[in-house]
Amino acid sequence: MNTASVSLGASASSQSRLMQLALAAFLGIFVMGFVGFSHIDAVHNAAHDYRHSMGFPCH
Amino acid sequence: MTLFRNVVFIAAIAGLVAGVVLACMQAYATVPLILKAEVYEQAGGGHDHAAAPATPAENAAGTMAMSSAAPAPAEAMARAEDEGWAPADGFERFGFSVVANIVTGIGFALVLVAVSEFAGGIGNWRQGLFWGLAGFAVFTLAPGLGLPPELPAMPAADLVQRQIWWWATVLATAAGLGLIAFRRSLPLAILAVALIVAPHIVGAPQPDSFETAIPEGLHHQFVVAVTLTNLVFWLVLCMVVGLVRGRFTGAATSLRDSFA
Repeated sequence: MNTASVSLGASASSQSRLMQLALAAFLGIFVMGFVGFSHIDAVHNAAHDYRHSMGFPCH
Repeated sequence: MTLFRNVVFIAAIAGLVAGVVLACMQAYATVPLILKAEVYEQAGGGHDHAAAPATPAENAAGTMAMSSAAPAPAEAMARAEDEGWAPADGFERFGFSVVANIVTGIGFALVLVAVSEFAGGIGNWRQGLFWGLAGFAVFTLAPGLGLPPELPAMPAADLVQRQIWWWATVLATAAGLGLIAFRRSLPLAILAVALIVAPHIVGAPQPDSFETAIPEGLHHQFVVAVTLTNLVFWLVLCMVVGLVRGRFTGAATSLRDSFA
């Protein structure tokens, strides 16, 4: 937190940087949402123990 | 897209490691408790006279369940058919849990790495520890206060409403912690505390009745197990990000020159 020195992909412009990081974050949220929160029965049953073990809302 | 590629790569490594660690911890700490609870779930409530201390309400429920003992299995069968495909118990079920752990581990890591890059990135494993504590607070502690980890067969409010409250709490807590950590201003710090407290003043959706066949001791054990396994998961995830990211920034120039 106090050493904001080196960054990943230093050559990227700030706008492209913002876009790429936002893209990565949305990809992550989509993955979490699909595995942990989707209402599809088969997905729910496959990840059932996982959902309970993470304290995600379930059933 | 060098940055995006690096973020995905770091997240994949960290998610894989932390997901495997979490799956192993779950196999010992939480899954046995879920299986115990499913015995109560399948018994359909009031059959457990030995464990349930005799309160009038439960007695009534018990006799009702006894009198309607015959249709209960058929009901359970119908429910199983309604719920569609499910992995077979044993290895298959464990396998899908491991996959879910790794995949969502990568999902958490993507969000974590992307957000932390805005704040300068997780430079080493020690910074990772602090990010891990923050992730634990945001994704486990805060939503778990209003919606404690629940076992199968426990009463709960409408699923969609609980999911909305869960996400809103995660967002508000993350915003609050971010303001506290990265903005040196008193009004913003006050706003941050308000953001963190607000979801709990609104209150999580609660079920109409808390009556359940699950013994309170079992549930308490489960809440402790979930909280601690998640704490270790977040610490491992963020420490691995710190360790792996260091290698990337160290080799960033040469990587870029050779590939991009």
